[in-house]
Amino acid sequence: MTTPTTRHDGDPAAPGAAPDGAPRVRFRDPQIEMAHGAGGKASRRLLEGLIAPLLGGVMLDPLGDAALLDVDRARLAFTADGFVVRPLRFPGGSIGELAVNGTVNDLVVSGARPLALLVTLILEAGVSTEELEREVRAIAAAAHRAGVAVVGGDTKVVEHGKADGMYITTAGIGLVDARLHCTPAAVRAGDQILLSGPIGDHGITILLARGEVDLEADLCSDTRSVLPLVAPMIDAAAPGIRWMRDPTRGGVASALNELAADTRLGMLVSEERIPVRDQVRGACELLGLEPLQIANEGQFVAVVAPEYADAALVAVRGAPGGGGAAIIGEVRSEPARTVLAESAFGGRRVLDMLVGDPLPRIC
Amino acid sequence: MKFVDEFRDPKLIRQAAQEIRRLARPDQHYRLMEVCGGHTHAIYRFALQDVLPDNIELVHGPGCPVCVLPMGRVDDGLSLASEHDVILTAFGDMMRVPGRTGSPLEHKARGADIRMVYSPLDALAIARANPDREVVFFAIGFETTAPSTALTLRAARQLGVRNFSVFCNHVTIIPAIRAILESPDMRVAAFIGPGHVSTVIGCRPYEFICRDYGKPIVTSGFEPLDVLQSIVMILRQLEQGVARVENQYARVVPWEGNLPALRVMAEVFELRPFFEWRGLGFISQSALRIRDGYAEWDAERRYSMPGVRVTDPKAAQCGEVLKGVLRPHQCKLFGKECTPEHPVGALMVSSEGACAAYYNYALRTPQAAGV
Amino acid sequence: MCLAIPGRIVEFLPESHLAVVEVASVRRKVNVDLVREDGLAVGDWVLIHVGFAMSKIGLAEAEEQMRLLAMLGEDRLAMDELEGYQFG
Repeated sequence: MTTPTTRHDGDPAAPGAAPDGAPRVRFRDPQIEMAHGAGGKASRRLLEGLIAPLLGGVMLDPLGDAALLDVDRARLAFTADGFVVRPLRFPGGSIGELAVNGTVNDLVVSGARPLALLVTLILEAGVSTEELEREVRAIAAAAHRAGVAVVGGDTKVVEHGKADGMYITTAGIGLVDARLHCTPAAVRAGDQILLSGPIGDHGITILLARGEVDLEADLCSDTRSVLPLVAPMIDAAAPGIRWMRDPTRGGVASALNELAADTRLGMLVSEERIPVRDQVRGACELLGLEPLQIANEGQFVAVVAPEYADAALVAVRGAPGGGGAAIIGEVRSEPARTVLAESAFGGRRVLDMLVGDPLPRIC
Repeated sequence: MKFVDEFRDPKLIRQAAQEIRRLARPDQHYRLMEVCGGHTHAIYRFALQDVLPDNIELVHGPGCPVCVLPMGRVDDGLSLASEHDVILTAFGDMMRVPGRTGSPLEHKARGADIRMVYSPLDALAIARANPDREVVFFAIGFETTAPSTALTLRAARQLGVRNFSVFCNHVTIIPAIRAILESPDMRVAAFIGPGHVSTVIGCRPYEFICRDYGKPIVTSGFEPLDVLQSIVMILRQLEQGVARVENQYARVVPWEGNLPALRVMAEVFELRPFFEWRGLGFISQSALRIRDGYAEWDAERRYSMPGVRVTDPKAAQCGEVLKGVLRPHQCKLFGKECTPEHPVGALMVSSEGACAAYYNYALRTPQAAGV
Repeated sequence: MCLAIPGRIVEFLPESHLAVVEVASVRRKVNVDLVREDGLAVGDWVLIHVGFAMSKIGLAEAEEQMRLLAMLGEDRLAMDELEGYQFG
């Protein structure tokens, strides 16, 4: 029986400690804030400091989009996700579509072909049947479009006043493509950073749909499965694909900062090369937001070896909906663990991970 | 984006930078203070220090209204939400400012009804939409923002909205500049003047800087070309040995200021005899309060607030950074006890705070590391 | 809070305090009380801060400024040429 070591606050370690010693919880915040769900620094601290130490066993990539499990000779990707977006419906989609596409995308950027989803609905008493039916139809349609089956799930109802209409949680499983070796450890200086399309559409759409800001723009969420763009990229450039991520909460900046932290390398992105729609840029300027920190629901970022970068880009651009793809920067050895953004006239600034939560409940 | 992109033209920026290199004498070290937090932010966001020669040092001034607000005032505002069940509304910049028992966001997480707004008019709209609740707008800002608060109060009165009031923390820029000039640590050669404050007060109020202290001041816009052009204009003045007020931001700043704005401010506000500024101490005639005629919409008269003076932690050097005596990374707490995630002072939180700008944009670049 | 953005007036609203302003395809209602006095028309550009138009943007002044900025380069070329002659 292992002697539990005490944590920083003097309490004995929780039951379920790893057999080789009690885990240390390093998370010091006294209470949970919205920022802990924002996908930025606070989220990462919660995960690294409390959740991973207590739950972590042997996990190949604890902070990636999906867990990778070797079963017989197959490698499976296994992921879970939660959806608490407000409002439930918005231009371009609804919570049901987000749930399907978000889970599918987590699997796709882990190098997997999605096989099946489980969907759990947590419903607020008082939600109309019409609204529920609409969402379930949306889930069915999105799953069909994404080529994945919803094979089970659960439904719970909570009292009026909880669950804000509905919350959805999902689990997804997929089969990893054997041609891929995607891991932060494979990333090298000189690798190219590829972005699939314009950033910020989803986050800004949600912000406007809430009606709290008096802005109007012709914009809709980019929610979609990225499999049709990733599959041809894998066919064209599999040996050179080092890492992929779908930049949801916290945006491209947070995704690249996580990679920089995991690899201890640096990144340099060129502001001019980043695709962003006028409306997103205008809204961000008006509200003082950074487009690279805004959530996306239909994009991916990939790091590709330089000799495969052109082929990868051509493949993505040739795919339906991939016309906006671009190489936006590259990996560097210095400055370590730092993402820099370079302006058109050569000035360089640090592009940090999101702090706080300017846009809560974004997905 | 028109009136934005032209002023970020790379070719013109390189030309302006070359002209600055030509004008700056290699044997001289130029310390130029940019007063306004918006300039601090712009300089770091566009990494303008990268295109300037090493002997031009841009020093940050106290022009960040969130940064200069003493912690006690933050606590007073928060007490409205926690003790009086008020809907407290504030700009995004206020939401993470540390009070003694947490920031507004942290109070919100514990159940206080605190809402972020982008305009004082949003706060008024919330009051109209919630007639059974009391709504307070936590007003901050220099003269740029004060007219907007004043117009909102005028509208509240005209519309007969009785459940709305303003907790007024507006401050004025001239006394802050004067305090800098009077400070014994003062070693600044010239000023990059506030751009948007000047759209309201015009350029005349700065004349005393040239006349009484012999320092040039150029009111400047916020795009890279604006700041660089202002530096060119300053260097030319220094070379000629003159000290004048010049208006680089003429496309937006009227020399005489904005009369309707000044009128509505005079109608709604009056100067407080004195007000405490974080880091600068008590300064007379430096802040606004709501006049008797609008007493009903003055949160300070409507509610009792603790009114406790809270001093900053001894180790925090917010004041010295605000006066430009220290650079952000020279504060002992910078990057250690004080980061954007767990700030000790508001300079690390506000989008215009020197410490936040430095930490978020500059800290880890090779150039900054050498500074 | 110095954040202020240029936008173009596209429409006036019946409540005369407000106009719809467009910034890069995004539309926002702003209060124009502070800039109305000297006349305001659709197509005018204004500087927007916390939901209020603070100032009209002068196209002539902007163009003059761009002209001065462009000249910085020309002066430099002229100087280079001049210096070239001195050592010719």
